[in-house]
Amino acid sequence: MRLLRWFVGLLLVAAFAWFNFFIYSGEIFFKLVNVILFSALFVLYRVIIGPSPADRLVAVDILGVLIIGMLAMLGLHYEQGFFMDIGLIWALLSFIASLAFAKILEGRSLDD
Amino acid sequence: MTLAVKSKIIVFILAFVVWLALSGTDVQQIVAGAVVALLVSLIAGSFLVASHNQKHLLHRWLYALLYFVKFLWEMVKANVHVAYLVLHPNVPIKPGIVKIKTNLKKDAAITVLTNSITLTPGTLTVDVNEEKGEIYVHWIDVKTTDVDACTKEIGSRFESILAEVFE
Amino acid sequence: MIRETIGMAFIFVGIAFDFFGVLGLVRLPDVYNRLQAATKCVTFGSAGILFGTFLLEGFTSFGFKALLGVAFIFLTSPVAAHAISRAAHRARIPLTEGTVVDAYEDDEELKVNTVIKK
Repeated sequence: MRLLRWFVGLLLVAAFAWFNFFIYSGEIFFKLVNVILFSALFVLYRVIIGPSPADRLVAVDILGVLIIGMLAMLGLHYEQGFFMDIGLIWALLSFIASLAFAKILEGRSLDD
Repeated sequence: MTLAVKSKIIVFILAFVVWLALSGTDVQQIVAGAVVALLVSLIAGSFLVASHNQKHLLHRWLYALLYFVKFLWEMVKANVHVAYLVLHPNVPIKPGIVKIKTNLKKDAAITVLTNSITLTPGTLTVDVNEEKGEIYVHWIDVKTTDVDACTKEIGSRFESILAEVFE
Repeated sequence: MIRETIGMAFIFVGIAFDFFGVLGLVRLPDVYNRLQAATKCVTFGSAGILFGTFLLEGFTSFGFKALLGVAFIFLTSPVAAHAISRAAHRARIPLTEGTVVDAYEDDEELKVNTVIKK
């Protein structure tokens, strides 16, 4: 059963890679951004299915770090520096949000 | 020159250099950056440098460089290990939370140690007990549960170098 | 030319490790294992992408922002992982069935009991 699931996942990833790198004819940076968006689909699966609140929290925290890489590549493609500003601020806000939600999950109050 | 004033001057120079690196060469932007850096260093500048430890400065920086190289190498190993675990069909893990001891006392040293433990192969810091000098570590592939053996396996890689850097 | 090749190599490696980390987020069994895989691989992957950006752009403001992003990720990502794992353990989220030992649970029980007795 486990081997079957592994094999189905492998087929899925292989199909995506084949479509993205050989069928789709875009710029190279758009192909790479597509890989990160495909990864973000897995993260969203964990956000929706995740059995406990901590799983969802981990997934959201990781999504923040993924987005920084995606924004850096978008900035490289469009030759614009302000994408990196957005990325840095996104990282900062995501970090603070993770700490705050972790504090709530732990059951502490605001001034503890 | 007292310690607080020195710390404020260092913070002003650092903030201004970072601003110059990030912004253009317009005069208005440089003046605005100088004003903001001055405000920041006046309000929050006295926390960066906390002690007068000026001895062996070159020694400490050399050990910091050595630590950085070792940390990068351990991190590459960690990532290859995790990639192997994730791609394996059976996910061969044996997780558990173990306890290790540390001799470091300063907050900065303990922070750097726990961050490096989190980013190296198969280990994740869960909690720190500062009074007793104990760190609880989640280990993805538990080889032993003895405290001293775990300390030798996990913490000793960085602790000797960090002791040279911070103390 | 050689600089651009090395930069693109960093970006490709970074994206591969990003993908492995997210795969670990989906495949591993409980919160702590997921946190390990995701934090390590995604931090390394995003730092690789940003460092490749720095190599491609050189010493411009874009490149310096990317370098600042590398330092920022390396400092904050383990701290967030530590906070989440400690909160999850204190919120009694169970470890997976194959767990060998839990030293934190024993000491934590002692601490909670003494607080209640006071």
